[in-house]
Amino acid sequence: MSEKTTNQKAWLLVAPVVILVAFNALIPLMTVVNYSVQETFGDNVFFWEGMKWFEDVLHSERFHASLLRQLSFTGIILAIEVPLGVAIALTMPKKGPWVSVCLVLMALPLLIPWNVVGAMWNIFALPDIGLLGKMINGLGIDYNFTQQPMAAWFTTILMDVWHWTSLVVLLAYAGLCSIPDAYYQAARIDGASRWAVFRFIQLPKMKRVLTIAVLLRFMDSFMIYTEPFVLTGGGPGNTTTFLSIDLVKIALGQFDLGPAAAMSLIYFLIILLLSWIFYTLMMRNEEQ
Amino acid sequence: MTLSWMAWTWPTAAFFIFIASAIITMGIWERYSPGGGPRRGILGLDTTRGDRLFISILGSAFIHLAWLGIMGTPLWGAVIISIIYLIAVFKWV
Repeated sequence: MSEKTTNQKAWLLVAPVVILVAFNALIPLMTVVNYSVQETFGDNVFFWEGMKWFEDVLHSERFHASLLRQLSFTGIILAIEVPLGVAIALTMPKKGPWVSVCLVLMALPLLIPWNVVGAMWNIFALPDIGLLGKMINGLGIDYNFTQQPMAAWFTTILMDVWHWTSLVVLLAYAGLCSIPDAYYQAARIDGASRWAVFRFIQLPKMKRVLTIAVLLRFMDSFMIYTEPFVLTGGGPGNTTTFLSIDLVKIALGQFDLGPAAAMSLIYFLIILLLSWIFYTLMMRNEEQ
Repeated sequence: MTLSWMAWTWPTAAFFIFIASAIITMGIWERYSPGGGPRRGILGLDTTRGDRLFISILGSAFIHLAWLGIMGTPLWGAVIISIIYLIAVFKWV
């Protein structure tokens, strides 16, 4: 073992975070676990139900359908946003006055609150008055996201790509900027092609930030709520009712706190498992 | 301030006491044998004791869910499988 300086006072500096996490994560989580085995009709009166809600959720067609929708949504947006983000980051200038312009432009969508993004895209895509909706219909394509499931999916995905690709761009750009010039010089001397430079210098150097980007985008899109809620309200029918929208419908719409708690715990376990798998796979690649 | 809104029950309290004591046990274990016993197990993953505990608990949660989905209650079968799984993870993963 190497000699390390031990300074226990450092724990005091971490204490505020620990207290904050305790209040905003642990206590609510414990409460959810408690709710998941009980039934309540309000007024803080609870009745023991055991594993009933978990069984109900596991056998519920509705849960299966929204889980499938959620997984498809997350898969699609990751498949679009990560390559697109890397591609944009590669075309951004590394030096000169345009750097700040590009960075500010890229950061803009990230600064807009979720509900505003939803409202903006709702109006933008409306088939009768919205710029996008009117234009698509003008091209002769029948498009109405309030009635057609495919159009609703297309709009939701487009909105998410517009809102969040910038995050991948900024992270990938940070990764690219940290590559020393010597690598590129060596590549030039060896006469490496553009693809070889990307494959053997840029991509490996971006791996760490891309890991973070994929994890962040995965978790964020897996719990997406506000944007599709404002844009489509989960419709038409149930076609864009993702897990969190369904959860809120059960918890607050129907006030079924027990089933909602059981569902959110299963939801939580799925996120935990997938994040762990992602993280482990990517860290293993990094070692190799 | 009352905590009645948290709706505590003895079974859920026991669950959290179990998790807390597992973490405390890991802390004590780490104190007497620091480093976490890192190794590369059968999955080809570099794991320490903490990782193995995490894999055990997360896996047990899914074993219980699978049992509940396929066999229903009671869950004793899932508990037995989880204990075997936990021992296997600590031995080989």
